[in-house]
Amino acid sequence: MEVAVFTLGAVIVLSGGLGVLLARNPVHAALFLVQTLFGVAVLFVLLEATFLAAVQVMVYAGAIVILFLFVIMLLGVDRADDLGIEPIAGQRPMAAVVGVSLAGLLATVLLVAVDGLTGARGGTPLGDAGDNTRRLGEALFTDMVFAVELTAILLTVAVVGAVALARRLSGPMQPLPVVAIAESDDQPTEADDEPAGATGEDS
Amino acid sequence: MILAADPLLVDGIDLTVALIVLLKAGVAFAMLLVSVMLVIWFERKLISDMQNRIGPAMAGPWGILQTLADGIKLFFKEDLLPTRADRVVFRLAPYLSIIPAFVAFAIIPVGGDFTNGGDGTVSMFGRSTLLQVADPPVGVLFFLALSSIAVYGVMLAGWSLGSKYPLLGSVRASAQMISYEAALGLAIATVFLTSGSLSTHEIVVGQSATTWNVLATGIVPFGIFLIAGTAELNRPPFDLVEAEQELVGGFHTEYSSIRFALFFLSEFMNMITMSAIAVTLFLGGPAGPIVTQRLAWVWPLLWFFLKVMAFLFTFVWLRATLPRFRYDQLMDLGWKVLIPAALGWFLLIATLDTARDLGWPTLPVVVVGVLALWGGAALLSGAVRKARAERLEEAEAHRDERADSTVGHGEA
Repeated sequence: MEVAVFTLGAVIVLSGGLGVLLARNPVHAALFLVQTLFGVAVLFVLLEATFLAAVQVMVYAGAIVILFLFVIMLLGVDRADDLGIEPIAGQRPMAAVVGVSLAGLLATVLLVAVDGLTGARGGTPLGDAGDNTRRLGEALFTDMVFAVELTAILLTVAVVGAVALARRLSGPMQPLPVVAIAESDDQPTEADDEPAGATGEDS
Repeated sequence: MILAADPLLVDGIDLTVALIVLLKAGVAFAMLLVSVMLVIWFERKLISDMQNRIGPAMAGPWGILQTLADGIKLFFKEDLLPTRADRVVFRLAPYLSIIPAFVAFAIIPVGGDFTNGGDGTVSMFGRSTLLQVADPPVGVLFFLALSSIAVYGVMLAGWSLGSKYPLLGSVRASAQMISYEAALGLAIATVFLTSGSLSTHEIVVGQSATTWNVLATGIVPFGIFLIAGTAELNRPPFDLVEAEQELVGGFHTEYSSIRFALFFLSEFMNMITMSAIAVTLFLGGPAGPIVTQRLAWVWPLLWFFLKVMAFLFTFVWLRATLPRFRYDQLMDLGWKVLIPAALGWFLLIATLDTARDLGWPTLPVVVVGVLALWGGAALLSGAVRKARAERLEEAEAHRDERADSTVGHGEA
């Protein structure tokens, strides 16, 4: 049973990963990514980490890939025509180096493991399936509270940074939509005051 | 392993157990389909009554078979494939909508005796089991995960058609669903805090032991859940997704035949599931007095049905009553009202919980907590107001500057 589920999960993960690489259309690639994340969720369930499985689907599939899709849809990058452009110089060689070293690392861990592969669980288990939400919460907010708080600060900084960048400080700011409505009330008088100004701007 | 909370599965799985599980799944599936049919009829009939017209009246008694007739008609219509559509995604999207809608109902406890400390098990073919298809330990998170998958159905449907109205509709829909999922999740988190469990079964058991969560969490999360749930379902007054006047039909504009029917089906199925989740989380699920000892198992089912009907009625009532929100109003309500309110209430409940554990007196804790939250809210809204005033000033200054320069031109 366990082997069957693992095989199924592994096939889902690997075929999804291949799909991400080989899909010509960015939206299809994003969908294959969702498939991979699902496969990982299946593997989490197999490890009785049910909370992680649910959160994996909610956060990664439910929020992050949706945001990818938003960007793809709104910016209209739905054709495979800009694959020749390299946005950051030297990105591809760097990616190759990082990829190969990661693969090397994983292979090393598998091959040079002290006892070889035992198939036994490593580390301390986070309780059984029914209990692991509580255990995970306790671990996060006691032993690892500094890491959690640091991550929280990092995310806050990222959000503030994103807002600051998105506001485009060059040039005068446009009034908010509500203000624009309020303004339109006194528009007629203003137009009466300076008809010459309007024509003057045109000339 | 993952379903071990159900007493049926504890002692290993034999043929009877497998058959009971299959039977439960089959019955849930069939009942869901039938109730969707009836809910569509119910909505049309009710809204006709509220608008002082007759509504469906021809097919069957009181027009009750109207949905069946519509369904059969849709089946035999031509299945159109727009030329610019992305074929694979076009075909995939309806299933991404309908499957989460079906599966999400699996975690709802629909019956079972919860009175007098009963744990809601019923006996079926000599085995004791829960009247719900599955009781995963992550319970309600499972529902949230599925509802975040349902976003894909809507989003990809709109994108795959290669047409602008569906795309606009689907971008609106997914933005709305993601925004309100946060408020929905925070409202549900308050229930987790009060019940101390994620499992739907244990949440119901906990409520029958004390009081219903709608009171235990103090009405506010219930209100937030209802509003955010309505928005999550894309139902009026939050139906910008398929605003006919602006977007033709929204994300499913170019879908026809059975694929359109699947979207329609999943929409109403989600409505039923959302009502059932609300009943489970806040109104004690199937709990209620058992009046007669003969056929005692019918009563919980009946209470569950009545509670769900109350929610379905509310959804239809909202649709008949309220005009549609504007997009900026929708986003303001979601991000600036519901999420801070849900978060603040969650903190308050958490503080009270901790105070109870530490044996602190309740009243001062409440007063200090409310004051702290109020202070935080005041700081936040003050900052927003200041930023707004600054922008206004800047815009004003800019306008004056332009006016001055143009006047200068005129004089020259």
